[in-house]
Amino acid sequence: MTTATTGRTAPAGAVGTAHPRVEGRDKVTGAARYAGDIPFADLAHGRLVLSTVARGRIRAVETADVLGMPGVLAVLHHGNAPRVDTDYTGMLGVPPDPTAAVFQHDRIPHAGWPVALVVAETPEQAREAAEALVVTYERQPHDIAFRAGRPDAYPADGHMPAATEKGDLEAELAASAHVVDAEYTTPEEHHAMMEPHAATALWDGGRLEVVDSNQGTTWIADELVKMFSLEPSAVRVRSEHVGGGFGSKGLRAHQVAAVMAATALRRPVRVVLTRRQMFSLTGYRSPTTQRIRLGADADGRLRALEHRSLNQTSTVWEFVEPSSGPARVMYDADAHRTVNEVVRLDVPSPTWMRAPGEAPGSFALEAALDELAERCGVDPVELRLRNEPGRGPVSGLPFAGRNLAACFREGARRFGWAGRDPRPGVRREGRRLLGTGTAAASFPAGALPATAAVTAQADGTFTVRIAAADIGTGARTALTLVAADALRVAPDRVRVRIGDSDFGPAGLAGGSMGTRSWAWAVTAAAEELRDRLVPGAAVPPEGITVRSDTTAALGALAQQERHSFGAQFAEVAVDVTTGEVRVRRMLGIFAAGRIVNPLTARSQLVGGMTWGISMALHEEAVRDHASGGLYGADLAGYHIATHADVPAIEADWVDDPDPDDPVGIKGIGEIGVVGAAAAVANAVWHATGVRHRSLPIRPDRVLRAGGPGV
Amino acid sequence: MREFDYRRADDVPGAVALLGADPDARYLGGGTNLVDLMKTGVERPARLVDVRRLPLDRIEPTDDGGLRIGATVTNSDLAAHPEVRRRYPALAQAVLAGASGQLRNMATVGGNLLQRTRCGYFADVSRPCNKRVPGSGCPAVTGEHRNHAVLGASEHCVAVHPSDMGVALTAFDAVVSYETADGPGQLPLDGLYLPVGDTPHRETALPAGALVTGVTLPPAPVAARSRYRKVRERASYAFAIGSVAAALDVSNGIVCEARLAFGAVASRPWRARAAERVLTGAPADEEYFAAAADAELAAARPLPDNGYKVTLMRNLVVAVLSELAEEAAR
Amino acid sequence: MAPSTSSTVTLDINGEKHTLTVDHRTTLLDVLRERLDLTGTKKGCDQGQCGACTVLVDGRRTVSCLHLAVAAEEREITTVEGVAGGGRLHPVQQAFLDLDGFQCGYCTPGQICSALAVIEEHAAGWPSAVTDDIRPEAGPPPLTPEEIRERMSGNLCRCGAYPSIVEAVARAAAQARTGTEEAAV
Repeated sequence: MTTATTGRTAPAGAVGTAHPRVEGRDKVTGAARYAGDIPFADLAHGRLVLSTVARGRIRAVETADVLGMPGVLAVLHHGNAPRVDTDYTGMLGVPPDPTAAVFQHDRIPHAGWPVALVVAETPEQAREAAEALVVTYERQPHDIAFRAGRPDAYPADGHMPAATEKGDLEAELAASAHVVDAEYTTPEEHHAMMEPHAATALWDGGRLEVVDSNQGTTWIADELVKMFSLEPSAVRVRSEHVGGGFGSKGLRAHQVAAVMAATALRRPVRVVLTRRQMFSLTGYRSPTTQRIRLGADADGRLRALEHRSLNQTSTVWEFVEPSSGPARVMYDADAHRTVNEVVRLDVPSPTWMRAPGEAPGSFALEAALDELAERCGVDPVELRLRNEPGRGPVSGLPFAGRNLAACFREGARRFGWAGRDPRPGVRREGRRLLGTGTAAASFPAGALPATAAVTAQADGTFTVRIAAADIGTGARTALTLVAADALRVAPDRVRVRIGDSDFGPAGLAGGSMGTRSWAWAVTAAAEELRDRLVPGAAVPPEGITVRSDTTAALGALAQQERHSFGAQFAEVAVDVTTGEVRVRRMLGIFAAGRIVNPLTARSQLVGGMTWGISMALHEEAVRDHASGGLYGADLAGYHIATHADVPAIEADWVDDPDPDDPVGIKGIGEIGVVGAAAAVANAVWHATGVRHRSLPIRPDRVLRAGGPGV
Repeated sequence: MREFDYRRADDVPGAVALLGADPDARYLGGGTNLVDLMKTGVERPARLVDVRRLPLDRIEPTDDGGLRIGATVTNSDLAAHPEVRRRYPALAQAVLAGASGQLRNMATVGGNLLQRTRCGYFADVSRPCNKRVPGSGCPAVTGEHRNHAVLGASEHCVAVHPSDMGVALTAFDAVVSYETADGPGQLPLDGLYLPVGDTPHRETALPAGALVTGVTLPPAPVAARSRYRKVRERASYAFAIGSVAAALDVSNGIVCEARLAFGAVASRPWRARAAERVLTGAPADEEYFAAAADAELAAARPLPDNGYKVTLMRNLVVAVLSELAEEAAR
Repeated sequence: MAPSTSSTVTLDINGEKHTLTVDHRTTLLDVLRERLDLTGTKKGCDQGQCGACTVLVDGRRTVSCLHLAVAAEEREITTVEGVAGGGRLHPVQQAFLDLDGFQCGYCTPGQICSALAVIEEHAAGWPSAVTDDIRPEAGPPPLTPEEIRERMSGNLCRCGAYPSIVEAVARAAAQARTGTEEAAV
């Protein structure tokens, strides 16, 4: 007989103390199974075939020869695939990207569009057959020319209004003592998570089961239910371990193709995307061109701020990379105008990628602020402090905590910013020029409704069930600590099970909202369970389970400007002989709510900052104009930062609990990348005296730009 | 990847016999390039002859004071070898600058010299490429060519050779040994690679079916003061956008002997003989180093997006030679 | 001999012999994952461009995606599953766990196998691309963070766990040195 033993008094709180990942041992021993690792009896292997033309129609898919190849079981294509429904709105409030709804028609809207799935007994057979499949096309001229000033660009809303405007911009610019007017560009960037998208679909007793790698099992289950017109109870999606997502692991062609094939063949079918296929099928961050105009008084106070951003999207799906969004939060001005525009081209659909809008937008905005600081002769940190708004510049709403100034003060102190010589191009070390730069960061602090179940077991342990996703964020561990504190027990008595749509609705791992949203639900259920457990009373063999749903609580939140903030600092060395830029050190101080697990939180923030280095110096997917496809679409052609590119990075935080959140969480998944590229670019200017307004700052660009000693 | 026959060779004549005259057969060394090309469909061999276990894995001094390096010596073993590090340091540095620790453990000297270009059009079978499909065209000339050739290219192909090792070997006058069914042969490394011209698909002067058995480095006292410097778009694990292997012998401020070779600027490791001629007998200072670079780069024919390579190579030559001259003066 | 497209091979993996018939096209990586249920070794790119599939072959780190299984006969292969001994984590694994040298965990088995080799390679006196003086007389360079970074660069980590990985490798290498010294005493 075991008795309920939640504590009446809290033991030393688990939240706020460092805990290694609860699944860490499985990850360092190779025991953790990702989607493509789970064995199934009678498994067949599917391989997608992608279009080689950028626009046109499929004339023929010549399946006869391929069907005769060893081991080949089926070839699915637009001529024989089942019709699916795409006329619906998913959990994220948007229709599905038609790229995922494979084989529905003969139109080719971009290079790398899925045209067929070859299914075979072994992966080798499927690969060979997919390579052998002849698809003929009617080729049409394509247009992939992304550039500023396209007449077919149009303002688009996405997840925020397309445009905001107040005041007389031209008048305020004319009245300004200092004006910055500059265009910034960021290239096409890819998520490039290490684990390729992989899904196995099978029918089990009338239920469709999909073992997948995704950022939200109930999200994907809901999409499949709607797309295949199934009963919600007839679909189960599992995703226990996820090898990175960054916004890309939603509904994609591989899950849909796997479901189609498993349905046709009545056996389990696995579809794993190849690294090359990922570059055209799984979304990406659109290139942007951004024009910023700033006008300021002599002392640097902003009178005018205009931020216009343009991104590309496909002809089949509208995605807005809202790069002018940060300006709506960060800085006020008497005249203030922001616009997000898109242009539709014959390119794959872009999507959310870590800090969508904020990452490219903060590069442009924070680089422009640095240019303004130079014009005004005001220290870049001081310029930002002088322009701290009291309320939301666009919304007029109060901030639910804006600790940006504290971040800058702490950061400047620790980085050794005081006494920095503002002059560019004057610090030499052999063939290298040295410089330092800073930038501000912000990211919205939101939450999505979630349900959770917490069970007290007869053996004195507790199980939390929630359809959360741990894509490397540390969510599983954070939820363990949160549950332990809510139950007032030690974390080792709590087991958190995630990644299963059968656990009930929950929001996705995205928008830096995952851990906060799920922790809210877990706290609610755990606290109620604690109240229900009578001290000393027996727990029945089936346990006692309490469920929670945060929908109402979230709906009751007052409208405020809710954000995390941060201050980024970087030091670079630029080799004037070769144009190589190396980041020597980096520091980020963040005000990002209560930090649940300092060990994994630091990793999240450092990881984001590493993305900033990578974005500033390395990443660019190059589109070939003749074919409309990518050039060098692999990890040798698309450079992400290696170990050697990343110095010791320090990330830390100031006290900043969210008063309206039961745990005090705001979210830390994305803010690390915001402003990081700008800090590096600003440091490159400080080193060389050359403004690089186009990323990445590669050796060829540094050499072309010239500058002292180059 | 189509199905293929696999044979493991035990000795050199056996390997040559196993390959025979079959144009669809390939020798398999470390596989780091060939297996990748098979996965992308660029190579579709019907038979692989595995030569990785041939007794060609030794590095031995030659009677005249040079080194003989077997073709199946791995990059790792080459770079770690004390005599290479002592007598040809630029060679060890070049090898260490290439690929990754894992790939260097697998890759072999023979395979390194015969590896194919990393041009993205060559690697993508859905695009034209004169090297892969003669006569289909070269999209790089009007397309993406930021990392393509500025020296010795033609309108038929502007791809660069990706080897780092080859650049140092070229500077040190390496000689390649090979075996054929008709017996052994030798080629200076400088003569191994054919000019691009209108036949970019014909890459080497090796007879059909030849197996590279090794590389011989002649004695070169100047090589003891040598250095390799590679520039790439990230700090490691990337192909060069420009590299220099240089050796300098300076006496009383005058260059007695200079060796200079460039990487990532041409379809082959580029021996900079014009620059060497300027350097020999000239004062060891930056002015002459720049003049030497200019002499070599006068032949450069950059495309719209790779002109930076001319600046880069000039800067690199001056920097590396200056460093070597400084060391010599110490 | 008539051409054949498959062979029966015996592979020695983590000290255990496995005899199986493999399609010549099958890589060591795919044999581990699809035939032997050793899925700790990950497929990140399948092109030798990420390092997630790193295993040790005869003690040397190797990307198993470019290693044909048929060519792996008579080699001693160690995968991440064979690193821990007797239920205890290897010091490299323990350091990764304690210092949070990973996030999503997908590159981790490759990072760990690579780290094991880096420590061995350094102990054997191998120089690296950032070693100032590579002459044998100069002796092995100290295993600084810069040396670790360069030597580990064949293992990409998109989560950006690099700084913690470097710390973990340094800690494990220091422990290995102490262990060697103790054993020598």
